[in-house]
Amino acid sequence: MKNGRLFTRRNLLLAGAAAAGGLLWGRWSNTNVELPPTYGHILRMGDNLTYAAHRLLLPGQSMVREYRRCDISSFPVIFLDDRFLKPDHPMNNNQFRAWQANGFADWPGLRVEGLVARPRTYSLAELKRFRSRTQITRHTCEEGWSAIGEWTGVPLWRVLEEDVGLLPEARYVTFYCTDDYDDSIDMLDALHPQTLLAYGMNGRDLSVPHGAPVRLRVETQMGYKSMKYVDRIEVTSELDDGGENGNIQNGWSWYAGI
Amino acid sequence: MKTEVSERPDQTETMGHPAWVRVCHWLVALSFLALTFSGYVILMCHPRLYWGEVGNELTPALLELPISETHQHGEWGPRTPFTEDPAGPVSAVRNAVTFNENSWARSLHFLAAWFLVVGGSVYLLAAFLTGHFRNLWPSAGELSLGQFWREVIDHLRLRIRPATGGPQYGLLQKCAYCVVVFVAMPLIVLTGLAMSPTITAAIPMLGSLFGGFQSARTIHFFAAVALVLFLLVHVVMVVKSGFKCQMRAMTLWRKP
Repeated sequence: MKNGRLFTRRNLLLAGAAAAGGLLWGRWSNTNVELPPTYGHILRMGDNLTYAAHRLLLPGQSMVREYRRCDISSFPVIFLDDRFLKPDHPMNNNQFRAWQANGFADWPGLRVEGLVARPRTYSLAELKRFRSRTQITRHTCEEGWSAIGEWTGVPLWRVLEEDVGLLPEARYVTFYCTDDYDDSIDMLDALHPQTLLAYGMNGRDLSVPHGAPVRLRVETQMGYKSMKYVDRIEVTSELDDGGENGNIQNGWSWYAGI
Repeated sequence: MKTEVSERPDQTETMGHPAWVRVCHWLVALSFLALTFSGYVILMCHPRLYWGEVGNELTPALLELPISETHQHGEWGPRTPFTEDPAGPVSAVRNAVTFNENSWARSLHFLAAWFLVVGGSVYLLAAFLTGHFRNLWPSAGELSLGQFWREVIDHLRLRIRPATGGPQYGLLQKCAYCVVVFVAMPLIVLTGLAMSPTITAAIPMLGSLFGGFQSARTIHFFAAVALVLFLLVHVVMVVKSGFKCQMRAMTLWRKP
């Protein structure tokens, strides 16, 4: 201590920084958050910094804003590439068209498996038997546009916690979709009260362009995490980044809360 | 020809800026360049600006920027109304592959934003603790419309005071720095955060503060335009006032 005082400005700053660091470290140890792989890519390290900061600094499952019915807006559908237009694509083949024509009554259903006590497959009618939730929320696309829609479906926590039962090691939920897309979210977002398996939109049955028979709504993240045409859900203890088909190896952030 | 410039109380040469100012300056400058570049690429993906919460290609835009091929492409499927009301909200399918480099552009934008926020926060904290803001804040005596006007005329005629390598600053210079430090930079960070679904869920006030997601995006854009204009003028002023002296003062100049 150069000037013989204990409470110098510098000492106070250092003490404050150390105390904040200690508090954050304690919280980090309790959050059970594991960072997704970066493959040595600096942009993925930045994504992980954002993910860690959100989980560390923000309160857990805050509710996103819900709107009034009169706020419901026009809603574009983005077909990401022309593979959807090919006749043999799962979304365009005769099998899918037959399910669609029959109101998805013969649809093989949504399989829920992995680290759950009672894995099972739900038909659309069985999903509709759960107590539903309807919410009017904003869809925010990474492209820069936004739209407000009303979604009706079963909260994912109801299926996972009340019906199939999560095993203690369960930490991630991966969604596999009929259009070959798959992606995952962590348990904090999976058990968020507004995370839905949606089968209704704007008071009607969900249409095929918007993801029928069942799509995910993850309201706390960008639109690309709200996957359409979900047909299998797997609960895991480790993050499955989808390998070469997954977002991370294709240059996208796995976490899209910003 | 001798140029006339307004007199300054202290004409003694300083030894450049404090080390923390230099580090923060370049940290913020480099991250700002990365943010401008990646922000432009992100905007190219959807070069339409709106007001309120909602805005997409099926709703009217406030402003449409002709900066990419995605601008006004017409490959949309038929419009299907959601309700019985044909004038109500509609859905339509986009059948075109549009320009989208947001995978790396968004991640670069957010990574650079971390550096901007860290550099900016260290600067604000250090400036507050050391009383550095005294150099930026116009004093009551010098803040007059007449002086402001004289300096505007001087700057427009490119009669720029020779550099001293740090404060004292002129009135117009102080005003410009104050707008950047206290208005534009905080505004661009807050509007950026106001576009995050997770952050606005945790801090709902941030979501409504700017009038909605699309309003925040529009304000974010105009704040960026203002900062780019500042940067251009700033660089011209650095060159006109004595490039070598100014660069040394902000980099490796030491006390003799």
